[in-house]
Amino acid sequence: MNLKPATLHSIDEVITHYPVKRSATLPLLHLIQEDVGYLPPETCEWVAAKLELQPINVLEVITFYPMFRQKPIGRRHIKVCRTLSCALLGGYKTCEQFEKEFNTHRGEVSPGGEVTIDFVECLASCGTAPVVLIDDDLHEKVDCAKAKQLSDQIKAEAKKR
Amino acid sequence: MAAPAQRRIIFQHIDEPGYSNDLACYVRNGGYEVLKKSVTRPPAELIDEVKKSGLRGRGGAGFPCGVKWGLVDRKSGKPIYLIVNADESEPGTFKDRYIMHQDPHQLIEGTMISCFANNVKQAYIYIRGEMPHGARILERAIAEARAAGFVGKNICGTTYSCDIFVHRGAGAYICGEETGLIESLEGKRANPRIKPPYFPAVLGLYQCPTIVNNVETLCHVKYIVEHGGDAFTKVGTPNNTGTRIFCVSGHVQRPGYYEFEAGKITMGQLLYEVCGGPLPGRTFKAVIPGGSSAKILRFGERFKGKRKVGAEMVDYDWGVEDVPMDFDSLGMIGTMGGSGGVIVMDDTVNMVEALANINAFYSHESCGQCTPCREGSLWMKKITTRMVHGQARNEDAALLKSVADQIPGRTICAFGEACSWPTQSFIAKFGDEFKQYPETKKAAKPVGAHELV
Repeated sequence: MNLKPATLHSIDEVITHYPVKRSATLPLLHLIQEDVGYLPPETCEWVAAKLELQPINVLEVITFYPMFRQKPIGRRHIKVCRTLSCALLGGYKTCEQFEKEFNTHRGEVSPGGEVTIDFVECLASCGTAPVVLIDDDLHEKVDCAKAKQLSDQIKAEAKKR
Repeated sequence: MAAPAQRRIIFQHIDEPGYSNDLACYVRNGGYEVLKKSVTRPPAELIDEVKKSGLRGRGGAGFPCGVKWGLVDRKSGKPIYLIVNADESEPGTFKDRYIMHQDPHQLIEGTMISCFANNVKQAYIYIRGEMPHGARILERAIAEARAAGFVGKNICGTTYSCDIFVHRGAGAYICGEETGLIESLEGKRANPRIKPPYFPAVLGLYQCPTIVNNVETLCHVKYIVEHGGDAFTKVGTPNNTGTRIFCVSGHVQRPGYYEFEAGKITMGQLLYEVCGGPLPGRTFKAVIPGGSSAKILRFGERFKGKRKVGAEMVDYDWGVEDVPMDFDSLGMIGTMGGSGGVIVMDDTVNMVEALANINAFYSHESCGQCTPCREGSLWMKKITTRMVHGQARNEDAALLKSVADQIPGRTICAFGEACSWPTQSFIAKFGDEFKQYPETKKAAKPVGAHELV
């Protein structure tokens, strides 16, 4: 595993939060995913060695939790809430607008690798539906016009890079 | 009757201009004074205040907090853990988000008071994975509180020490179930544990006695310890003490969060007066009163029976609008107050499609441990999705009901109930709509209707 020194430091620190090392499984997976962008195949062996577990103990956690991914995604991750309160106010249309803007389908990486769009379950901001989580930031009341505006912003930021 | 005014206890500072989530602002507003006083009192006295208050858990089940604390095994010699359940995931619920983002120190103070009362040496805040900013805000707030002596070693200059760490989930709804949460915190799949024997109060985190409380519940503890358990019973109604935060979403003019004394406001007052009624040209059709697993209510249905008012039994005859918003009244009419998530649907919504949306959620979130839930939630999803996107059959309602009826009571945790109640109640209340759906879907959709699945 080729992890940044800051990540390695955070990993060693977070293990001390728990009397049992295994508890650090989720925090370690989050840290690795934030560093690498996804969880590469060697993750299971590496985390297992670090926490004195069997690799299967790590794999079964990775495959259980929806936020962990074993394949790379686009540079930006657009998560559109699919659940009832957002759907009642047009969440499906919001998702379609993003798909149209980036010429892609949910669950796939857009051509050029800029974004991955996913439908996710309730993001706990139902009062400002429809909501969208772009990377770490929550965007509220995202109708089609706002989806277009956010897409334009992402495209503009991509151009600057 | 006009709706009462909001009574903001927990949300006192939410959205207040100039109020920030740092320690200085919290202390300026009287923060941590309750903790300072609490650590000079005997812990048993604090537990008694919570017992007297009648506080019921705000996570969904409404279990009395004092009773929960009373069940903790204090003789085992093992350390006692406290876990803050900040996994807010029940669709329609969005109250804890604002407490953690805007007023994190309120939660930390409530947590530390609860830890001191129960002789806890280590607490964890289990926050859902999709709130990365919330996790960072809490971590920063804990660091500030630690530096000021409110968390960590020798709290407020006493010999009492207790630390808090933030633990992030990773997108699984089942982690809101307390034993699933404990498994997850132990670094495993969040498969709930069977009770008995794994009652968290006896065999919880690392097989030690563990208290799991909701974010809002712990904030109430702070208020109770400050004002006294008796004073808390004066807020709200008997057996439904304190305030409730209602999270209203869906088809109303003013969705949002509103804090009222429990049982002092009716569904009608909340939806028509506080939330401004239906959208222009629409009428209310249905409402889910306590998060998406609560049984749905149909506008126009009536509820009759006898209820206790003081010492007397009184007849009641309520429409949906007349129901007081408290645990007991909502329980009496066959649904629940749950987490306070009120989801409103108007006459543009087709109930088959709404159910298909909910079923897709539960099927995605079943942990897969118990066959009736894993298979049942999947089949309910497959049937309702087929009805919407494929062929709908007249006998589908009966088929759905037969699947739903075989799940509850046959699973390790309450997810079995949670995933079958929507199907059971939608079919009980809107059976005709399911029978007519093969014809309905051929017709044009109402103007303003959205795709739901």
